[in-house]
Amino acid sequence: MRTLFAFHGGVHPPTHKDESTRTPIAQTPLPSKLVIPLSQHVGNRAVPIVQVGERVLKGQKIGRPEGKLSSAVHASTSGTVSAIDMQLVAHHSGLPDLCVTLIPDGKDEWIAHGGVDTKQTSHSELRHLLRKAGVVGLGGAVFPSDLKTDAHHHKIKTLVINGAECEPYITCDDMLMRERATDILRGAGILRELLHAEEVLIGIEDNKPEAIAAMQLAVGQDKHDKMEVLSVPTMYPSGGAKQLIRILTGIEVAAGVRSTEMGVQCFNVATAYTVWRALAHGEPLLSRIVTVTGNVSDAQNFDVLIGTPLDELVALAGSKPDTDRHIMGGPMMGVDLPAGTVGITKATNCIIESSPKLFPPQPPALPCIRCTRCTDVCPAELQPQDLYWFAKANNFGKTQEFHLFDCIECGACAYVCPSNIPLVQYYRYAKSEIHERERDKKAADLARERHEYRQLRIERDKQEKAEKLAQKEREAAAKAAQAAATPDDTQQRLIEEALARAKAQAAVAHPQNTETLTPGQSAEIAAIEARRAKIREMAADAGADDEPPKSH
Amino acid sequence: MLSSPFIAQPSSVSQIMLRVLLALIPGIALYVWYFGPAILVSITLASITALATEAVMLKLRSRPIKPFISDNTALLTAWLLALSIPPLAPWWLVVVGTAFAIAVSKHLYGGLGSNPFNPAMIGYAVLIISFPVHMTHWLTPHALGGVELSFVEQLNYIFNGVLPSHLTLDAITMATALDTLKTQLHLGLSVSDIRDMPIYGRLAGKGSEMVAIGFAIGGLYLIFTRIISWHLPVAYLAALFATAGVFHLVDPQHYVTPLFHWFSGAAMIGAFFILTDPVTSPTTAKGKIIFAVGAGILTYLIRVFGGFPDGMAFATLLMNICVPLIDAYTQPKVFGKKGAGK
Ligand code: SF4
Ligand code: SF4
Repeated sequence: MRTLFAFHGGVHPPTHKDESTRTPIAQTPLPSKLVIPLSQHVGNRAVPIVQVGERVLKGQKIGRPEGKLSSAVHASTSGTVSAIDMQLVAHHSGLPDLCVTLIPDGKDEWIAHGGVDTKQTSHSELRHLLRKAGVVGLGGAVFPSDLKTDAHHHKIKTLVINGAECEPYITCDDMLMRERATDILRGAGILRELLHAEEVLIGIEDNKPEAIAAMQLAVGQDKHDKMEVLSVPTMYPSGGAKQLIRILTGIEVAAGVRSTEMGVQCFNVATAYTVWRALAHGEPLLSRIVTVTGNVSDAQNFDVLIGTPLDELVALAGSKPDTDRHIMGGPMMGVDLPAGTVGITKATNCIIESSPKLFPPQPPALPCIRCTRCTDVCPAELQPQDLYWFAKANNFGKTQEFHLFDCIECGACAYVCPSNIPLVQYYRYAKSEIHERERDKKAADLARERHEYRQLRIERDKQEKAEKLAQKEREAAAKAAQAAATPDDTQQRLIEEALARAKAQAAVAHPQNTETLTPGQSAEIAAIEARRAKIREMAADAGADDEPPKSH
Repeated sequence: MLSSPFIAQPSSVSQIMLRVLLALIPGIALYVWYFGPAILVSITLASITALATEAVMLKLRSRPIKPFISDNTALLTAWLLALSIPPLAPWWLVVVGTAFAIAVSKHLYGGLGSNPFNPAMIGYAVLIISFPVHMTHWLTPHALGGVELSFVEQLNYIFNGVLPSHLTLDAITMATALDTLKTQLHLGLSVSDIRDMPIYGRLAGKGSEMVAIGFAIGGLYLIFTRIISWHLPVAYLAALFATAGVFHLVDPQHYVTPLFHWFSGAAMIGAFFILTDPVTSPTTAKGKIIFAVGAGILTYLIRVFGGFPDGMAFATLLMNICVPLIDAYTQPKVFGKKGAGK
C-alpha cells in the first residue's frame, strides 16, 4: 500500500452526490440554439473566423487561438451562424463577452475528422493537435492543456490524475469514471508520454466506490504499467490540485511555483478523457459532462454540447419554479450566473438550481471573535482571521504580508465561521483592489516619468541656448582682445565692455538673485534643485537610448 | 449576485457560548452542594446586569441589539465574574463589577471581538482593588460543620446586609484556602502544620477543591467537543505545576504542592474558561502555548509573592497585553513554504 499524506485543515460539508448519480449520463437533444463564447479558457480570447450567415459543420473551428496562451473554439453541431456579438456568459465577472450564436440545422453533420496513432506521432505534433482541438483543463481552471503537457525541461516523476471531485453536489467526474474509465486512462497514458512521467497516480475520494472500482478494472484490463488508482479520504478540498498532489506524493507546491518544477503535473479525469478523444478520434472539445442538480425534480448528469443555453439544459432536469438562482460549480466555490440565457462552457462542470430554501441566506455577520476555527480548516495554512481584519481595514500591504495570494478561495474558512463572516468575499475584494492599484500605479508612474523627462528636456534646451549665447559673447570678447593688441584706450574700453557683457550673460544663465530670499524659500529651492538633479541623473541613464545629454 | 460559499456549517457564536455556559454547570452544581445556593443569586444578578448593560451600550453605540444580545457572550462574562466574587457579597458589588466589565472593558474598547482584556477579569480586578474587604468574605463549606444560613437568611444579607441577630459575619465566612495559607505562613507556621487545619481537604481547600474538579470536568468536555483547543489549558496547568513543583522541591515546608495550586483559587476555571476567551488570547498554536505558560508562571508568582489572594486574574490581564506581540512573532509558515530557503 502506498502511504498517503494529509493536508492541513479541510471540512466535511454534506456531499449531496447521491441525487445525481442514480441514472447514467444522459444525452441532451439538440438545443434550439448554441451560444458559444470565444473566451472559454485562460488566456487570449479566440478570434472568430466565421461570418454571420455562414453554414458551419460540427467540429469546424469557429475561433482561432490568438497568441501562445489561448485555445481554439469549435461549432458543437452543424448549423448557421446567426450572430457574433456580446452576450452574457457563464463567468464570475458577470460581464458580457464575444459569443458566436449558432442555429443548429438538426443534421449534426460532422466535418471530416480522424485520429492519429499517438505512438507514431511526434510530441510537438500531439501538442499542436491538442491546441487545435481546443482542449483545456475541465476541472474548472480551463488552462490550455497543450501548454501544461510541456514540462519545461523539468524531470517529471509523477503525473497526478484528479478524480477526487471533493465539492458537494458535483458528480460529473464520478459518472465519467464509472462509464468511460478506459478512455480516461488512455488519455492519461498519452499525457504521461508527453510529460515523460514515471508513474501515474489517480486520486479519487473514497465516497465514490463505483468510480474507483471501474477505474481499477480498466487499469487491469488495459495492462497499464505504473498506474495506480488511489482512494483518498473524503475531505473538502482534497480535489484542489495542490491538495491532491500533497495527498498522493507528499509534495507541497507553494503559491507561485509551477508544480513541474517539483516533478509533478496534475490533470483532471475529464481532461484526460478529452485528450484521448481529441487525439485518437480527432474530436475537438465539443461537449462535456454537466451535473444538473439542486432544486430540480430529476437531478442527473448530461453530456452537453458547448453553448447549450442554460435554460434549456435545466428544463431537462425539471428545474422547479421557485428556483431563483443558477449556480455554476459547487456550493463552496461556485459562481452565481448572471442569466438563464448563458451558454454552457468548457468550465461548466455543474449547475445547481438554487432556491432560498436550498441555500438560505446567511444570518447577519457578527464581529470576528478570533476563535481560529477558520485557521484550523484553512488548507493553505493561512490565518484567515488576520487576512479578514486587514482586508476590512483596506490594509492591503498587510494582506500580502499575510500571504493573501496563497489563498485558493476554497471557502472552508467562511463555511465554519461562527460569526457568519463572508470571509472569501473580503479576500476577493482585497485581491481585486491590489490588482487595480498595481495597474493604476503603473499607469501613474509612466505618466510621471514622461512628464518629468519632458520638463528636463525643456530645461536642457534652455541651458544649451544660454551656453551658446555665452560662447558667442566670449568669442566676440576674444576677438576684441586680439584687436587690442595695439594699446588703444578706446579698444581697451571696448574689451572691458565686452567682458562685462559676457559676465552679465553668464549671470542670466545662472541667476544670482537668491540673496534676498527667506529661509523657507531657499529651502524650497534647495528641494527643487535636489529633485531636478535626481531627474537629471535619471535622464542621463535614460539618455542612452535617446541622445546623450550634452550640457554636463 | 451572491458569492460563494453558499453553504455554511450550522454554528454560531451564540451556540459556542451556550456550550461554554453549559460546561460551567458541573462546577456550579458542586458549588451549590458545598456552599449553598447563594452563588445562584449572584449569578442571576450578574446575568441581569450584564444583559441590561449590553442592551444599553449597544443602543448607545447604535448597534443592532438582537443579534448581539443573543450571542451569549455577555452572559458568559457575567457567570465568570459572579464565580470569582464571594457569594455573600452585597448585591451592588456584583452589579457594579458586571456593569463595569460590560460597559467599559467590553464596549468602550469596541465591543464583541475588539476588547483586548478579558472583561470578567477586569471586573474582578476593579472590585478587588476598590472593595478589598468585601472580596475576602468567602462562605464556609458545609463540610466544616459550622453555622449555616438558610437561603432566606442569605438573601437577606445579600440585599439588606442584615444577619440573624445571633450571628457575626466571621462565624459564617472565612478567607480562601490560598489566603489562609499565605497568612499562616507569614505567622511562621510550616506548610504541614497549615495543611492539618480543618479547612483543608485532600487536594486544597475543602469544598473549593471539589468545585475546581467540577470546572475541570466541564473544561474537558469543551476540549473533547472541540469548542476550545487543548493548548491553553494544558500549557497553563503544566506551567503552574512546574513552577510550583520547583519551589516545592526546594523547600516543601514553605511551598505547597503543585496539586494544591491546581485545585485552589481560580486555576481550574481560569485554565478552561478564562484564558480560553478567544477574543483576548493569541490565535496561533505556538502563541497560545507561550501565552498560557506566561500566565501559569505569573499566577504562581503573584499568589506566592504578590499582595493579592489569587494570581489568576492579574496573570491573565498581564498576558492579555502581550497578545498582539505574541501573535506577530508566532506566525506559522504557510502551505508549501515550510522547507528551508523558501
Ligand atoms: S472563524 Fe470567523 S470568528 Fe472565528 S476567527 Fe475565523 S473569522 Fe473570526
Ligand atoms: S478561502 Fe482562502 S483563507 Fe479561506 S480556507 Fe480557503 S484558502 Fe484558507
